[in-house]
Amino acid sequence: MHRNFRMIIFYLKGMVIAKKSIKLITILVFALLPFIAIASNGGENDENKEFNASELINDHIGDSHEFHIADWNGHPISFYLPVILWTNNGLSVFSSSKFHHDNSGEHVVEVNGQEFVRHHEVIYYADKYETLNEEEKGAFNFEARPLDFSITKLVFSMLMSAIIIFLLFSAVARSYKKNNKAPKGLAGFMEPLITFVRDDIAIPNIGEKKYAKYMPYLLTIFFFIWINNLIGLIPFFPFSSNLTGNIFFTFVLSFITFLITSFSGNKDYWKHILTPPVPKALYPIMVPIEIIGIFTKPFALMIRLFANITAGHIIILSLISLIFIFKSVFIAPVSGAFVLFMSVLEMLVAALQAYVFTLLSALFIGQAVADHDHAHDEHDHEISDAEDVRGDFI
Amino acid sequence: MNFTAPESLIFWTTIIFVVFFFLLKKFAWKPILGAVKSREESINNALDSAEKAKLEMQNLQADNQKLLKEAKAEREIMLKEARDIKNKMIEDAKGEAQEQANKMIEQAQAAIEGEKKAAMAELKNHVASLSLEIAEKVVRTELSNKDSQLQLVETMLGEKSLN
Repeated sequence: MHRNFRMIIFYLKGMVIAKKSIKLITILVFALLPFIAIASNGGENDENKEFNASELINDHIGDSHEFHIADWNGHPISFYLPVILWTNNGLSVFSSSKFHHDNSGEHVVEVNGQEFVRHHEVIYYADKYETLNEEEKGAFNFEARPLDFSITKLVFSMLMSAIIIFLLFSAVARSYKKNNKAPKGLAGFMEPLITFVRDDIAIPNIGEKKYAKYMPYLLTIFFFIWINNLIGLIPFFPFSSNLTGNIFFTFVLSFITFLITSFSGNKDYWKHILTPPVPKALYPIMVPIEIIGIFTKPFALMIRLFANITAGHIIILSLISLIFIFKSVFIAPVSGAFVLFMSVLEMLVAALQAYVFTLLSALFIGQAVADHDHAHDEHDHEISDAEDVRGDFI
Repeated sequence: MNFTAPESLIFWTTIIFVVFFFLLKKFAWKPILGAVKSREESINNALDSAEKAKLEMQNLQADNQKLLKEAKAEREIMLKEARDIKNKMIEDAKGEAQEQANKMIEQAQAAIEGEKKAAMAELKNHVASLSLEIAEKVVRTELSNKDSQLQLVETMLGEKSLN
């Protein structure tokens, strides 16, 4: 419990520092409102077209082949990212500018004798696209589309965040080489976070003896998720992408946690799963449950991060959309106030979700590597252990 | 939500994350964690040694206190001894003075006795010579008058008694 409190208090302190930047962000949110709205209309110059909030929100929280920056006189200004396709005839690389912002499947792009169309950010073979009805269209129709390894908006954002984090922490590491005394500047700010991950996440969950091996992974996911959560909250180019709210991204992270947990699982861990300490008659029920449990834990990690971050983005965008739904400027202060409130809350959630993901990863790893000194048939010990675990949660 | 090519994001996330992880591990986490740990150790060591120094200080202080106490006690003893010696010396001086005085008195008495004896002897000689003179005078007178001579001797002898 105290651990969560400390996190929150630490975060509140950070918020005081971040007050100015929150103000700035809110001002920018307002400044960018018209651009976001026009962008949702796919670049067509149609002031009269009905505003579609769900389309806007879907566009924002999803991925795209180009990074939309703003609209100018009805023409979208975008940062064009490379499209990399693995087609039936091999690799095909071209700029996303070739689609001319078309997302309706009408504009045909010809590259090296192959024709492609783009419909709702999915690239199809032009000839096969013609034969599809509405239900057959979609990202999972691998028959009608080439494999797409494009550097999309989210990939670009991920690369950028990786570079930012790397520069940040290699600078911190360098500062330690020069300064052997108390940390100052950037290192002074980062060190409490690093020691927080070590002292409040890794050591209590994995244990004093084994935590060191997993520290690099825990630190990496903690800062990777946290910084990407925060980047998602900044509402302008080159930020604002909903990377941590993308289920494939969270899938990869939780899958890595799953791999680490499974490969560092010791004999006791697997014994507990395959021969749980229950009467033999219950094995047909217990063993499948334990085996499913291996997968549900990382699955919950994946869904939790994805849902929390996406929900935050959806709420903020819905509040902004209210202005356009009501078509009244007077609603702006109301929804602006709510957006401000939500943005602050989302900053808390950004840190909290990074913390929870890291904490649970540490917990799963801790369970996998835990030493069971006692025999499994000693039920007294089992119960006291369970109480310890429960005590940790309360 | 637009699912734009799940394979793209999965592929790139895996590659970027793995590369990113190993780069960070080598260039950031290892040096940072190492530095933090070594600094923590050095702080702990410094605190330990400070604690030790404090203990030593306390010991030293206790020692000082003890030494001071001992010094005080010793001074007390020394003072006492000095006082005793002083008293004894006074005592001794007094005795000696008494003795000396007694001796001097004795000597004076002896001297007085001696003087007295000498005076006696002189007196005896004087008396003898006086007696001779008298005898001479008596003899002369005798020569003129026998009876009166004898009478004179008689009276004179009666007057003068030998000690």
